[in-house]
Amino acid sequence: MGFASKSPWVIHYDASSCNGCDIEVLAALCPGYDVERFGIINTGNPKHADIFLVTGSVNEQNIRVVQEIYNQMLEPKVVVACGCCACTGGVFHDSYNVLGGVDQAIPVDVYAPGCAVRPEAIIDAVVEGLAVLEQKSEALQQQRKGA
Amino acid sequence: MSQHTVIPFGPQHPVLPEPLHLDLVVDDERVIEAVPQIGFIHRGLERMTQTHDYNQFIYIAERICGICAFGHSLGYAETIESLLGVEIPPRAEYLRVILHELSRMHSHILWLGLAADAFGHEALFMHCWRLRERILDVFEATTGGRVILSAVIVGGMVRDQDAAMLQMIKDTIVGIKDEYGQLVNTFVNDSSIRSRLDGIGYISKEDAMRYGMVGPFARASNVNNDVRCLGKGGYGKLSTFDPIMDTSGDCFGRAKVRALEVLQSADIIEEMIDTIPGGEVAIPVKHAPEPGAQACNTLEQPRGECYYYALSNGTKYLERMRMRTPTSVNLAGMAMALKGCDLADVNMIVLTIDPCISCTER
Repeated sequence: MGFASKSPWVIHYDASSCNGCDIEVLAALCPGYDVERFGIINTGNPKHADIFLVTGSVNEQNIRVVQEIYNQMLEPKVVVACGCCACTGGVFHDSYNVLGGVDQAIPVDVYAPGCAVRPEAIIDAVVEGLAVLEQKSEALQQQRKGA
Repeated sequence: MSQHTVIPFGPQHPVLPEPLHLDLVVDDERVIEAVPQIGFIHRGLERMTQTHDYNQFIYIAERICGICAFGHSLGYAETIESLLGVEIPPRAEYLRVILHELSRMHSHILWLGLAADAFGHEALFMHCWRLRERILDVFEATTGGRVILSAVIVGGMVRDQDAAMLQMIKDTIVGIKDEYGQLVNTFVNDSSIRSRLDGIGYISKEDAMRYGMVGPFARASNVNNDVRCLGKGGYGKLSTFDPIMDTSGDCFGRAKVRALEVLQSADIIEEMIDTIPGGEVAIPVKHAPEPGAQACNTLEQPRGECYYYALSNGTKYLERMRMRTPTSVNLAGMAMALKGCDLADVNMIVLTIDPCISCTER
């Protein structure tokens, strides 16, 4: 394992979730599941974050915010869509103000299903995301050597 | 002459799990004005009542907000029941109150944790959330879900809880009360917490009345608008009910009201479990409401009074559904409380109304 996937920091943004997934993201970090013991910390600054946890679907108003946070994150970065709404739009998929899943706005690497997504599913998805982070980090290093 | 600066706060901000945008007009360190802007998580739920029938919509009503999920499904079900003229079995009323008070406990403990995080007490935040997990375990054992419970249907409850399960709820509550007492002690008596909360974001009783504030936010300013006092449903069966009030009107008062309401909810649950009657928990409801029938309902959510209105068009699909959620009322009071505060206190004041933006925008 390289340095990037040891203790990734996460950033969380609520696109248009009902809070159910948001509090489960926080619950995964808190004592019940306690991923903080592995050094996974929730940060408020996109420039410090390696993994972007998005909950909820995107709409016209927040699509720019999601893209802005994604653009401010430094490479390598991984996006995890947490919950059914973030994956596809969920129960709100046919609502007039919902554009669809987060993949309408930014490239998503891992999809975590569930309504609300369970902390176990988030942890699984983040572990899955670490492998992607590792790949991206290696590709970035190769690119730098080649240049 | 001083120059005003505008500082954007949110929509992505570490103190709030939800997107709320504030334009803070500051003069040096002092906030002159706060202009809230919402609209980031509007999903159009009221419109969805027209494309989903009343039995389907109850699952969507639950997803208005993930923290007060049970409350919204309960409020919606009660509205539809009064629209249809259905009377539910008494055991279902008791079970509803038990689960609703459990979700109030979980919501308030969650809030106390977030508040602790906002004033920089990381350990207290973790302790609150550790305690909250035990309530979520009760939800998981009784209904199968951790935050979205799907326990209410129009006409009663999805499933009954047997005596062993009710005893388990009671044992958990007694266990939590013991540990929770220590957390309350820290919140109410610790001098470092008092120095962060005392006198911050003061709202007088007159202002609270004028801005029509609801829930613990108003009760901390000594305005009693606890809808549970009306004794609707299972609340009418309680031997006594006295809302928790405070006269201080500041951030400390709001934290104290919420901290004590958890203990009050625990007492309500214990009394309900002791006196629960037997019998059915649901009656089948299939008929459509009369055309043009209207129904309204109020319910005390963890954040305050929530108002529901439904208008029928004679089919199983509603013509119009309207909800007035507590946060949308309290936002006006929050904008007022922010005037003249220090920039460092903004996150504390925003948090003490317990904003639930996804309720507000739906």
